[in-house]
Amino acid sequence: MENQCSLSQVTCGLRVSDLWVDLGAFYLREIDLDVAAGGYFVILGPTGAGKTVLLEAIAGLQPVIKGQIVVDSDDVTEERPERRGVGFVYQDYVLFPHLNVGQNIAFGLKLRQVDRQSAQERVTSISRLLGIAHLLHRSPETLSGGEQQRVALARALVVAPRLLLLDEPLSALDPETRDGLQRELMRVHQELGTTTLHVTHDFEEAVALADRIAVMNQGRVVQVASPEDIFRRPASEFVARFVGARNIFRGEVHMEPDGFTTLSVDGMSISVVTEVEGPAHGSIRPEEIVSSRELLHSSARNCLRGHIVELKDRGTLVYVTVRVPPDFVCVATRRSLEEMELREGMEVYIAFKASAVHVF
Amino acid sequence: MKAFFGDRMRVLFVILGSLLIIFVVWPLLRTVMATSPAVLWQTILDEEVRQSIILTFYASMIATGLAFVCGVPLAYVLARTDFAGKQLIQGIIDVPIVVPHSAAGIALLMVFGRRSLLGQAFGLVGIRFVSAVPGIVIAMLFVSLSFLVNSARDGFEAVDPRLERVARTLGASPWRAFWGVAFPLAWRSILSGMILMWARGLSEFGAVIILAYHPMVAPVLLYERFESFGLNYARPVATLVILICLVTFVVLRVTASPRRRA
Repeated sequence: MENQCSLSQVTCGLRVSDLWVDLGAFYLREIDLDVAAGGYFVILGPTGAGKTVLLEAIAGLQPVIKGQIVVDSDDVTEERPERRGVGFVYQDYVLFPHLNVGQNIAFGLKLRQVDRQSAQERVTSISRLLGIAHLLHRSPETLSGGEQQRVALARALVVAPRLLLLDEPLSALDPETRDGLQRELMRVHQELGTTTLHVTHDFEEAVALADRIAVMNQGRVVQVASPEDIFRRPASEFVARFVGARNIFRGEVHMEPDGFTTLSVDGMSISVVTEVEGPAHGSIRPEEIVSSRELLHSSARNCLRGHIVELKDRGTLVYVTVRVPPDFVCVATRRSLEEMELREGMEVYIAFKASAVHVF
Repeated sequence: MKAFFGDRMRVLFVILGSLLIIFVVWPLLRTVMATSPAVLWQTILDEEVRQSIILTFYASMIATGLAFVCGVPLAYVLARTDFAGKQLIQGIIDVPIVVPHSAAGIALLMVFGRRSLLGQAFGLVGIRFVSAVPGIVIAMLFVSLSFLVNSARDGFEAVDPRLERVARTLGASPWRAFWGVAFPLAWRSILSGMILMWARGLSEFGAVIILAYHPMVAPVLLYERFESFGLNYARPVATLVILICLVTFVVLRVTASPRRRA
């Protein structure tokens, strides 16, 4: 496919500066974003933060009060949506119900008066890439959610947009489909290199996909940073609370000769249960980790020794940070904390089941 | 059958509802049955009857066409935008249903009559409303446009506006997004509104008779025969009109009914 972003790496990208939008219930204030050409940028924020409005404003579908939107070095602030070269995918797919899958995908090509044969070729190649080539003659309503979202992606990508906007593209899917499509998104992005702006409220999704993350709240961007920094160094109380206390590690998944799967993080191995192989993230909810002063014999596959570096009081619950390294956060009730007489600097054991690790 | 007569309340409701259906069907059947096929055939051969039926169909079709050209854009605007006074506009669209149709005829005469400004302006290009086909058309238009506009508006309201937004991002101008997405998806509703409007136009009597007694549309002809010659002369015409309207209406509804959910 011609005109692909990857062919013009230098100029591609998105810059939003001092953007203001007012739609009554939803508004945006002083939005500044810089997305590298070919980058995968995730906007993370709670429902009602104005994430969808931001995407629609970038696509030219919502009026802007002030500010500037630059796509691929073109100032498109005043440009009509059809001339921006910006692809859009909604959470609930929004496929044209009166057209079949193939016609849906070819919609943009037909408007560009691409001749029939090359249109056919482009539809075929994008649907192969997304694994929906066998569905071209089906009606959208007969497809599963995951299939519909692939069609929506194909429809947006087939015209080789300069920028791809994804509005919670995985949120309407069941967990299994979501994990699959998430990997698909990564693969497609690697293959096509389209600059992508992806909106979500799911932190793990953001970590898995993003080069950089912007956290939004109440119409403003409150922090822009790498995924690591967002949860290691949250810029504000809001970010810290929204991201939550969690254990997320980047590592590599191996199949061991004995048939078990491990995730190695900083030279340390954690037993996990997953189908994924190679580079991946693992996350463990703090409440899944049991801490104790003595080595416990339990069914938990993972048992690690470390020392307490921090105790964070949250009322009846206390978050205990244990440095193995890396640092694990686990949660204990105030009462058990007092009974165990846990203090900072103390040596403890932590244990969690292999199945408690979500690999993504 | 079980769903019909599930309990006593259901039985009562079915009986009450049936009364209404019988009330509609019985007089129509009675009229049709009272006319022998021979008399009906004779009526069909009556030049005056044929002319008036053709005129009625044709005038109502033009009225529907006019309402389509202006009413579909209006319906789209009503479905897609919010503005001060929108409720008022909605109300105005429903007014023709509320106003007695003879009063509507008088009102139209005030504006399109020979001595009115519009009447004279149209007179310059040779269009006369009083006692002429254009008068019949505007009378039908006035009393039946609500059906088309309301139905088209419902149709557009059922189309997710984001479908058009996606189309825009894919390179469609507002025009292309409308013709390629909103219109085809609302088409079933628009068409069923057109059929209803056309059928309502056919049956119009009150407004038409005030603007144009002549040339005679079918309902006026029927009235004239009844007034001048009595029931026996009016009945065959009534039978013919009822049969033609029913057959056309049923055929249109069947062909226009959704084959499957779009």
